Amino acid sequence: MLQLSSLARWCVVACAVLAMAACATHSQWQLDDVAGHMPDLKFQLTNDLGQPVTAATYRGKVVMLYFGYTHCPDVCPLTMVNLHTVLQRLGPQAASHVQVLFVTVDLARDSVPILHQYVTAFDPRFQGLRGSPAALSEMVKRYRALYQIEKPVPANGDYEVTHSSAIYIFGPHGHIRLLATPGATTEAMVHDVRLLVGEAT
Amino acid sequence: MKLAPCLVALLLAAPGPRLLAAAAPANVRVEHAWIRWLPAGLPNAGYAVIVNPGDTATQLTGVSTPAFADAMLMRSRLDQDDSSMVAVTHIDVPARGSATLAPGGYHIMLSHATRPIKPGDKVPLTLHFGTGSALQVVFSVLPANASGPSD
Repeated sequence: MLQLSSLARWCVVACAVLAMAACATHSQWQLDDVAGHMPDLKFQLTNDLGQPVTAATYRGKVVMLYFGYTHCPDVCPLTMVNLHTVLQRLGPQAASHVQVLFVTVDLARDSVPILHQYVTAFDPRFQGLRGSPAALSEMVKRYRALYQIEKPVPANGDYEVTHSSAIYIFGPHGHIRLLATPGATTEAMVHDVRLLVGEAT
Repeated sequence: MKLAPCLVALLLAAPGPRLLAAAAPANVRVEHAWIRWLPAGLPNAGYAVIVNPGDTATQLTGVSTPAFADAMLMRSRLDQDDSSMVAVTHIDVPARGSATLAPGGYHIMLSHATRPIKPGDKVPLTLHFGTGSALQVVFSVLPANASGPSD
């Protein structure tokens, strides 16, 4: 009787430990876990040095990808500063396994040299990417992102662009893993990206 | 906070005495005034905290500066899906309160610099209030990756 009850107790404890382990596996991410919900990283674009790049160029790195435009004085810089902060907090060793990619949705104004000046002003490790209209629209569709060029101001032709706010995070094997939406803290990004970097090393 | 040196308060618009008595934003002051520098003459954003210790609410209704051809009051809208920016006609500055212009929210969009600016520059902006009064404030130009003025 005593033996049975202690066996039962052991079972309860073992089950609890297993449940906790299962829980821990599911709650290790602080950002939105979107693994399996979007296609793997895939694109054919040009980097901010004018070189052709594909997803394979960044294989082995955790990719943090953001759709934006350089004539965006407020929100895009805020996101870029957050990404810079994430790399700083990760430290040079972990950050060397991370690649921040800024994909422009404003092909008319964002030339290769402007993209280069823009992204490197935030962090010399960032890369700006641009593509043909077809390549961009295919990529935007693939990741269910969006952008819309707003009507130009008559006085000077300036225009704003509405664009996706999320940062898409891909693991070192090019699989989509996490989405950082505007509420996400840099602490959460550092935490999760560090875990992904662990998969690369 | 090194604010006093950055702050040159002037009543520029010289409203009539009656108007001034009615609703001048007396003692309104501006803190943390800075501009995020961006390369290639891209549009910049200006940020500040407008403090109104008085008993009368006021509104920031516009900005003018010789340093940029365009200075507009804007508000960013940022949600789970997308982000965009809209021009606003004014920003409320409540009585005994403040209005914060900060990244991701209200800001002053500064476009078409009349001469290139760079981090470390000081740029004068004149803030116009609903009462017809104005305040000239010196904004510090900070690097692209700054989070704000350090205290």
